[in-house]
Amino acid sequence: MITPRDIRNLLLAAAALGLAALLPFYDSGYILSIATTMAMFTVLATSWALFSGPTHYISLATAAFFGLGTFVTGLGFQTLPMWLLPLIAAGIGAVLAALVGMVTLRLSGVYFVIFTLGLAELVRQVVTWVQNRTGQRGMYVLTSITERDIYWQLIGLAALVFLVGWLIGRSRLGFALRIIGNDETVAKHSGIDTAMAKIVLFMISGAVAAVVGALLAPRYIYIEPSTAFAPILSFQVVIMALLGGTGRLWGPLAGVIPFTILWEFISRHAPNQTLLLLGVAFLLIVYVLPGGFVGLYDRLRRRFGAGGQ
Amino acid sequence: MARVVLEVRDVTKRFGGLVAVRDMVFDVHQNEVLGIIGPNGSGKSTMINMISGTFAPSAGSIRLNGQEIAGKPAHRIARQGVARTFQLVRLLPELSVVENVVAGAAFGHRQRWGAEAESFARQLLERVGMGRQVNMPVSSLTYINTKRVELARALACEPEVLLLDEWLAGLNPTELETGIDLIKSLRDDGRTIILVEHVMDAIRSLCDRCVVMSSGAKIAEGTPADVLADAEVIRAYLGADEDA
Repeated sequence: MITPRDIRNLLLAAAALGLAALLPFYDSGYILSIATTMAMFTVLATSWALFSGPTHYISLATAAFFGLGTFVTGLGFQTLPMWLLPLIAAGIGAVLAALVGMVTLRLSGVYFVIFTLGLAELVRQVVTWVQNRTGQRGMYVLTSITERDIYWQLIGLAALVFLVGWLIGRSRLGFALRIIGNDETVAKHSGIDTAMAKIVLFMISGAVAAVVGALLAPRYIYIEPSTAFAPILSFQVVIMALLGGTGRLWGPLAGVIPFTILWEFISRHAPNQTLLLLGVAFLLIVYVLPGGFVGLYDRLRRRFGAGGQ
Repeated sequence: MARVVLEVRDVTKRFGGLVAVRDMVFDVHQNEVLGIIGPNGSGKSTMINMISGTFAPSAGSIRLNGQEIAGKPAHRIARQGVARTFQLVRLLPELSVVENVVAGAAFGHRQRWGAEAESFARQLLERVGMGRQVNMPVSSLTYINTKRVELARALACEPEVLLLDEWLAGLNPTELETGIDLIKSLRDDGRTIILVEHVMDAIRSLCDRCVVMSSGAKIAEGTPADVLADAEVIRAYLGADEDA
């Protein structure tokens, strides 16, 4: 059932992505660099929200998947074809997510949050340990891939994530997740395999984060565990997604754009104060914007009666 | 006698040292309303929770149409044909009334999706007496209407056995009459129902048979008139003479 409204939304999304894809022709310096960061966080936050939005499970594991992705590229770019690396990263990300999901998704609330935070640290320690055993330190990822290429790849990935998210939203799986987010007991007694539904979505979001890591590795040039698995990334993704709001597919994007610009501005002028932004944004979400910008938009629309179809 | 749909054999549930249900044995026949009654804390809800898969029995067997369901996860049992309502109504607050019912239709025993599920849900909402309020947010429903929506959700998967856990509790006298008529009409549709109930009027007018529980064990079984006249049942409800 595709309604005219769906077609309109699809065309709008395609136009917006097409427009975004033209950006490198306008600028290939500073603006492109910010735009690449934005594209990266758009993909990460949107795929994060695919899982955490409906289920209300806050995952802080983004850095674990992302870091693994960068290492896939770091280890494989000299021997394997470039197009294969994101696919391998996706596979590894999905498998790790499935394993973690099987162990932890029976946990709820705060236990899950803590476990996912620990996961990134665990993976980092394991990678560091392996490197120490083999006498490696960090590694250089020197390729001919330009920022422009990375940007285009991310835009393509964003299109894919939005499409997948849209399809899930219309599917029984998406409906099952909404039920789980509302009342897991009801979900189980209605015949939903809640563990399976959560694992599948967690795998999608883990795979996407790993792919982003794989695509971005050339941008960092030098990769080492402490930067690749930096936990701050997980927090940034959560804050941006919640700031935008997880109630709609485009919600996280509405958080990513202002947050990235502010972050960029602050890290230029007061590099030590970026954490402050994270904290203030968090307070803002908790006290003023519980549904993020999307929630605010919906509330205003209802109040001023512009709602309806 | 009609075909046996649900067979409960020697089911026991222990929580640590506490035996909540002890060696329960009973059958539920097709197109029958079976009441599970007993004083508070006698293990009725625990029994219902084991049938629906909220938790596994410590021992014993529960068979649905000959297939073992004891100890299976709740979603499997739901798919095999057990639907339930909850003692404290559980609706899905962020979903519309119709979506609440579609939730029951989409993943359960007989699965429906899309337009078919939606029209089926509307039909069921009409069936339980919610014709006009289907577009209201769940939060604005009256108490009896929340119960109706929950009932429609349970019916939406077309269960082999419907478990109603104190569905009539908390209704005012007028609503109670409506509620009893509604459940009666479900039985007339040919449904098989197990109800846990405290409301005596409902038990008398609805149940074909009753199982009476006290301290986790079955103390009587039979027609409502018979079991309610049983000396041991009276003692369980009202206490022994010397206590009175």
